[in-house]
Amino acid sequence: MLTLDLFVNAIVAGILLGGFLAAVSLGISIVFGYLDIVNIAHPAFVVLGSYAVYILNSTFGIDPLLAGIAMAAPFYLLGILIYRFYYAFFERHGAESLRGLVFFFGILFLVEVGLNITYGVDYRMVNAFYLGKSIEIGLVGIPYRLLIPFVAGVAMIFIVYLYLSKTFYGMAIQGVAQDSLAARLMGADPIKIKSVAFGMGMATASVAGALLIMISPIEPSMGREYIGRVFAIAVLGGMGSVVGTLVAAVLLGIAESLTSTFYSPSMAPAVSFGILLLVLAIRPSGIFGR
Amino acid sequence: MKKAALLILAVTVISGGLLLTAYIENQYFYFSTYIVLQYIILATAWNILGGYTGYVNFGTGAYFGLGAYTAGYLITNFNLPLPWLIVAGGTSSAVLGLAIGYLTLRLKGVYFSIATLAMSIVIATLIINTPALGGAKGMYILRPKEVSFFSNYMELLFATMVIIAVFTVALAWFIENSWFGRGLAAIRDDEVAAACNGVPVLRLKVLSATTSGALMGIAGAPYPYYISYMEPLSTISLDMAVNSLAMPLIGGTGSWIGPVLGAILLSTTQQVATVTISSEYNLLIVGILLVGFVILAPNGLVGLFQSLLKRRTD
Amino acid sequence: MASLLEVHDLTKSFGGFSALNHIDLVVHRGERLGLIGPNGSGKTTLINCITGVLRPDRGRIYFDGEEITSLASFRIARAGIARSFQIPRPFRSMTVLENLCIPLRFAAAVKMRSTELEAAAREILELIGLGDKATASPLDLTQIEMRKMELSRALASRPRLLILDEVMAGLASSELDEMLAIFHILSGQGITIIMIEHILRAVMNFSQRLVVLDAGRKIADGSPGDVIKNPQVEKAYLGE
Repeated sequence: MLTLDLFVNAIVAGILLGGFLAAVSLGISIVFGYLDIVNIAHPAFVVLGSYAVYILNSTFGIDPLLAGIAMAAPFYLLGILIYRFYYAFFERHGAESLRGLVFFFGILFLVEVGLNITYGVDYRMVNAFYLGKSIEIGLVGIPYRLLIPFVAGVAMIFIVYLYLSKTFYGMAIQGVAQDSLAARLMGADPIKIKSVAFGMGMATASVAGALLIMISPIEPSMGREYIGRVFAIAVLGGMGSVVGTLVAAVLLGIAESLTSTFYSPSMAPAVSFGILLLVLAIRPSGIFGR
Repeated sequence: MKKAALLILAVTVISGGLLLTAYIENQYFYFSTYIVLQYIILATAWNILGGYTGYVNFGTGAYFGLGAYTAGYLITNFNLPLPWLIVAGGTSSAVLGLAIGYLTLRLKGVYFSIATLAMSIVIATLIINTPALGGAKGMYILRPKEVSFFSNYMELLFATMVIIAVFTVALAWFIENSWFGRGLAAIRDDEVAAACNGVPVLRLKVLSATTSGALMGIAGAPYPYYISYMEPLSTISLDMAVNSLAMPLIGGTGSWIGPVLGAILLSTTQQVATVTISSEYNLLIVGILLVGFVILAPNGLVGLFQSLLKRRTD
Repeated sequence: MASLLEVHDLTKSFGGFSALNHIDLVVHRGERLGLIGPNGSGKTTLINCITGVLRPDRGRIYFDGEEITSLASFRIARAGIARSFQIPRPFRSMTVLENLCIPLRFAAAVKMRSTELEAAAREILELIGLGDKATASPLDLTQIEMRKMELSRALASRPRLLILDEVMAGLASSELDEMLAIFHILSGQGITIIMIEHILRAVMNFSQRLVVLDAGRKIADGSPGDVIKNPQVEKAYLGE
């Protein structure tokens, strides 16, 4: 039963990959879904997060996951800064979303080139005592370097979900998505709420960066491979739906994992694009769309 | 009158380019000018969809690469002559432009942009997985040994690119001054208002995407002969996508002159910077210029000139 | 009187919010119809469905005997329905004259040389009183000039049915009279007009018939004098 063995392993790996992909896509879902800002540079910021974690890990020996969580605070502030800037130069003037898109594309490029100049194109990785180990459950062996990103990714989704649905600010963010006026009636300044939401999106990039570098070594242009994936997930999950993001990510993870196992790993990036195009052509509001 | 002047300009540029090949011996001149010409074509092509219609394409690399690989395949398998390569490269990229346009241009503009970015990764993935196209290892292309009219093949390629570039810019000028172009401008300004005023929005957008894609494919068709060794990652690169949108944005997206100006300035700077500093830093320069212009001078150099002139006459 | 526009059972909702609820409406040839209702009652949604900007969830729309439900906007414009927008939507990169040339060429499908096209556009601008602004940018226009440009552009598609979505909001009293006079001229030329308006004085002066929407439903349809006395209409406007 070699094929069954392979199949089960591929499914499990796909689910684990999905939890991680959800973490990478979460920031896009929040920022695109609630603020209608296409932060195409998000995957590049995830890679930036990976490098921050790499530095903390290689210089001070801090655990990668802890480092990612610690870096969430500065990333949050960076996010607020970027949003304020974006607001001042683009959003305030209205109807300039295409220029805004080019702006974020330029940022993506600058982050990549900046990392490239500073650290070169060598692959970097982190060390932690558990990364080489795995646990065996029946047919499948689950390596910790996949299990921990999965658990952390799902936990982060859960926390963000609770935040958005239970706290005042979270609900205000959802209000902004539907109608700035409604948010203002709640007595909240929409610019401030949007800053918080953008900051939160950026904070998730730092944690996702930690997960990325646990799974595999990284290099500066790695973010590109994730652009198709994260937008496929965000669109498929129905923008702004946090739970939808997780479900879509797991589906994509399984699809990619099956492709890698039974066809060829180098074809995996094409899967997300195929799914993205299919969704755009058939149901642009996403499968779990509002 | 203006038309006649532009026609004379076009003829002068072409005959001037052909004449140059009789006088300039330095092969490095052709090698580096080829790239400038290539970017004039790509930037102008990008601007037909991006500048005239208002849809941002992040996938220049994919259209260019598809044209280049179509040509590469036809060279290695059938040894077709250059004109046929150009037709074939343009056609395959036109089909890609049509397909992506039709699938995504019914939606909000950003979906088109995201699709083009993802698409360039997929086209690269597909080529890496296609042994007939050389896969990840790449493919070698031998230039024909016999060359008529020119002293070597590089000069022939240079002359070809001059002609394609002039043709592309002329086409852009023509579109700009036609009802097609005015319809595109209406779409860019306000899509709903355009539709309610009788502009067949989807049809014009798809046509614009197809034209733009075709021109990028045409720009890619002579590339296998130019580069001799072609592999997916450098042929379908993000650098090319950034360049071909940075050039129109820096030059000015409103008219045909903007992309030409941007392409000449930026690609010449890059050629010099690559030689004198390093290729990483030259990409940094492009990125900073792009972001700077998008923030501070959304109408590009042409816009800056115009407001300067206006201030002087006021 | 023969009907020009017929709307049957039109329904549209956004998520859980029902914007239009089984709307039936007939507009007769040459009629001047007023359409009123509080904010959010579905007036603009109705116009958006008629002009193909939005796709209705159910229901059918006929124009001059032909079904136009869910046709692309440009086809509806070519069939002879023109509209103005509540918030003006000029083509910002063009002059006022060029703005008019777009519908002249694309909607009226006039096969003319550029010079003739421009002459036709100028004629409309003169009629509306914007003749001296032909080469100006829409961004330099005043409030009333902008609304006049919207109106001119709508006329440039040579419509048989003209839908005016709050073209008079924010105008001074004298400007209001000026606009009303223009509408009466257009009506005299045989153009059927639907006027959406909050300014009751204008609608009452202009309309031969008045239709009232409230919360996505049609609550009244009749002569302006009767409709305005209708207790349901009073309630919708004044609240409890």
